[in-house]
Amino acid sequence: MSEKKFSKKHEWVSLDGDVATVGITKHATELLGDIVFAEVPDAGKSVEKEGQAAVVESTKAASDVYSPISGEITEGNKNIVDDPSSINKDPEGASWFFKLKIKNKGEFDSLMSKEEYDKFCKDNPN
Amino acid sequence: MEVQKTALYNIHKNLGAKFVPFAGYEMPIQYKDGIVKEHISTRTYAGFFDVSHMGQFFLEGDETLTEALEKIIPADLKSLKINHSKYSFLLNNDGGIIDDLIVTKTEKGFCIILNAACKENDIKQISKFLKNNHKHLLSNDLSLIALQGPKSVEILEKLIPGVSNLKFMTGNNFNYDNENLYVTRSGYTGEDGFEISISDKKVEKLINFLISNEVKPIGLGARDTLRLEAGLCLYGHDLNEKINPIEANLKWAIAKKRKDVGGFNGWEKIKNLLTNGSEKIRVGIKPEGKVIARENTKIFSLDDNEIGLVTSGTFGPSVNAPVAMGYVKSNFAKIGTLIKLEVRGKKYGGKVSGLPFYKKSYVK
Repeated sequence: MSEKKFSKKHEWVSLDGDVATVGITKHATELLGDIVFAEVPDAGKSVEKEGQAAVVESTKAASDVYSPISGEITEGNKNIVDDPSSINKDPEGASWFFKLKIKNKGEFDSLMSKEEYDKFCKDNPN
Repeated sequence: MEVQKTALYNIHKNLGAKFVPFAGYEMPIQYKDGIVKEHISTRTYAGFFDVSHMGQFFLEGDETLTEALEKIIPADLKSLKINHSKYSFLLNNDGGIIDDLIVTKTEKGFCIILNAACKENDIKQISKFLKNNHKHLLSNDLSLIALQGPKSVEILEKLIPGVSNLKFMTGNNFNYDNENLYVTRSGYTGEDGFEISISDKKVEKLINFLISNEVKPIGLGARDTLRLEAGLCLYGHDLNEKINPIEANLKWAIAKKRKDVGGFNGWEKIKNLLTNGSEKIRVGIKPEGKVIARENTKIFSLDDNEIGLVTSGTFGPSVNAPVAMGYVKSNFAKIGTLIKLEVRGKKYGGKVSGLPFYKKSYVK
């Protein structure tokens, strides 16, 4: 996989050709705590940049997961739906949320690098 | 109002607590291990909870004190033996629940454990019935520690010999480190355990002993998942002043004699409901699959009529499934009734379930 980019809403995106993979960051899982529910979009659904695309719930609360990039969903990760706790174990690897075919690579390029994201988290601890 | 801290605040901090404001106090919602691990370690070993924010309200007086309290508490306080406890409530004139509580008969009167968010108002409401010769005091130098879980008895007996003789919902005075403390065999998790009333000066020593015995600190997050699995109500969510004990499915907590004879706030309303039933009633709810029906989730019948509202809902780590409680119209309250739950605009299946979700293991 290629370079990974990050959003201010604590999603990560990696791009392979014109297909992006989206998940939530390790930092996000640490804020959420134990994850007990996940809902992912079905293939074929269109999502807008920063539009609500998935749901994640911890023992404490429900949170929306936004797509940092617009496009058409090609796959939702059913494994995290079946075993939500796997998101705490490998949030930036096997426990991705969805893949989508992107429309505009410029949206990807404008997201934060790993260094920028780490700094963002440090400056915005909550 | 300034945010208050319990005597253990710095200990919580050192244990890696995440704090939240709760009823005017900075309280730990969880520690490093997180809610699920804290929950499981309470069910399989033992956990301790700092519940010092709760009110420890002491009353002293003769039999006229008992009579006064019986006007607002529907327990049979006249027959309550010394060192025995009852779960009960304070009722308003309409039978609504002002607070739920544990009342213990002491040698000189009673001790009542009140919810933190309600304690000031509770005392105001109780005081309306008190006479000049009744003394009362809300403690301000006592901590309250709940020790809960199957290993609690073995561990606490090492420190305070004799506690293992206590039966569920009884208590006694014990000596610890040259101080008198009061221990009851009780709690709010569905596990065997104790609540220990101890001076703020000695509480740190007690906690260090528990930690050295591998008892984990447990925050409000796991306290909520534990009590919900045990089918126990949380005031301000499952109970409030507009809900009476019959609707709350807590009629077992009103003494039989008191149901017949009355003489307490709201009795006429309650007597009528005991005969005719209430329009709505609290039930357990099991959502289908993994979807979590949280507080304020609307409940529908299979033919899409709105029939109630969820008042507490989460994921139950020991049940390994989502669990909830809520109020439904009484003709939908039968265990096994199929319902629908509206979560994020979509309707999911569910059914009415018996309570508790997790079998209790009290020592009777």
